[in-house]
Amino acid sequence: MSTSTLAVDGADIHDSHDSHPTNTGVSNVKVMMWVFLSSECLLFGALISTYLLYRGRVVEGPTPHEIYDIPFTSVSSFVLLMSSLTMVLALSALQRRDERRFRIWMVTTAAFGMVFIGGQIYEFTSFMREGLAPSTNVFGSSFYLLTGLHGAHVTGGIIWLLSLVGLSLKGIITPEKAEAVEISGLYWHFVDVVWIVIFTVVYLLPTGTSV
Amino acid sequence: MSTTTATAIPQVHVPTHPGPGKYVFIGVILAVLTGLEIVTSYADIGDNLMILLLLGMAIVKFVIVAAYFMHLRFDIPLFRKLFIMGIAGALGLYAILLASLHAF
Repeated sequence: MSTSTLAVDGADIHDSHDSHPTNTGVSNVKVMMWVFLSSECLLFGALISTYLLYRGRVVEGPTPHEIYDIPFTSVSSFVLLMSSLTMVLALSALQRRDERRFRIWMVTTAAFGMVFIGGQIYEFTSFMREGLAPSTNVFGSSFYLLTGLHGAHVTGGIIWLLSLVGLSLKGIITPEKAEAVEISGLYWHFVDVVWIVIFTVVYLLPTGTSV
Repeated sequence: MSTTTATAIPQVHVPTHPGPGKYVFIGVILAVLTGLEIVTSYADIGDNLMILLLLGMAIVKFVIVAAYFMHLRFDIPLFRKLFIMGIAGALGLYAILLASLHAF
C-alpha cells in the first residue's frame, strides 16, 4: 500500500481561488508573467543600449545637456516611484480583505501613472518646440523610441489597473482572486524599475558618457 | 482492501509578504535615494565618480523594488532565476553591441 499526501506548507490549499496542482507549486499564470518580464528586460535592454551608443554622437540639433529639464523629470520620476508603493499597498489591502481600501489604492496608482504620462507628453511637446523631433538626429530618435515605448507600457498598465477596479466594483475581483492583482502589480513594478534605469542612464548620467 | 496511489506533487508555495508599514518604510528609502541621485547629478565631483554613484544608487533602488515590491525575496527561486536571466541577457546584448562596434 502506498499513498502520498499533498503537502500544504502550513496553509489551506483552498485559500487560493481555483488552484490545482502545478509542477512549480505556484500558478502557471504567475510563471508566465515572469517569463514575459524576462523578455521585456531584453527589449528595454536593447533600447537603452542603443540610446547609450547614440547619445554622444549628435552632429546637429539639440544635445541632451541643452534640452533636459532635470527638476521636472525628477518630479515625474518620483510620482512613478510612489505609484509602486501605492500598488503594493493595494495588493496588501486586498489580501487583508479590505476591498474598499484596495480600490482606493488602485485608483491612486492609476492616477499617479496618469500624472507621469502627462509629464511625458508635456516633455515631448516642449522638446519638439525646442527643435528635437524623432527625425532630428540619432539622439532624438533613440530617446523618443525608448521613452515613448516605456510610456506606452505605462498607459497599458493604467488601463489594466482601472479594469481591475471596475471588476472589483462588479464583485469579480475578490480577496480570493488577489493573485490577479499581484500579477498586474508585477507588471507595474517592472515598468517602474525600467524607469529607474532610464531616468539614471538617460537623464542623470553626464552627457557624452558611454557606459 | 483498496489502495490509492497518488503522484507526489510539489508543496504549494504560500509566501509571507511584508505589511503596509514596512512597504511605506521602503517607499521612504526609495524617495531618499531618488533625492540623493538628483543632488549627486548636480554635484561637482567629476564624471567617473558621478557615474559610479548614480549607477550604484539606481542598482540599489532596482534591487529594493524587485525584492520587496515584486516579492522576489519571498517567492520561489524560479522567479529570481527568470528575472536574472532577462537582466543578464540584456547586459550580454549590450556587450555584444559594443564588441560589434569595436568599442573594446
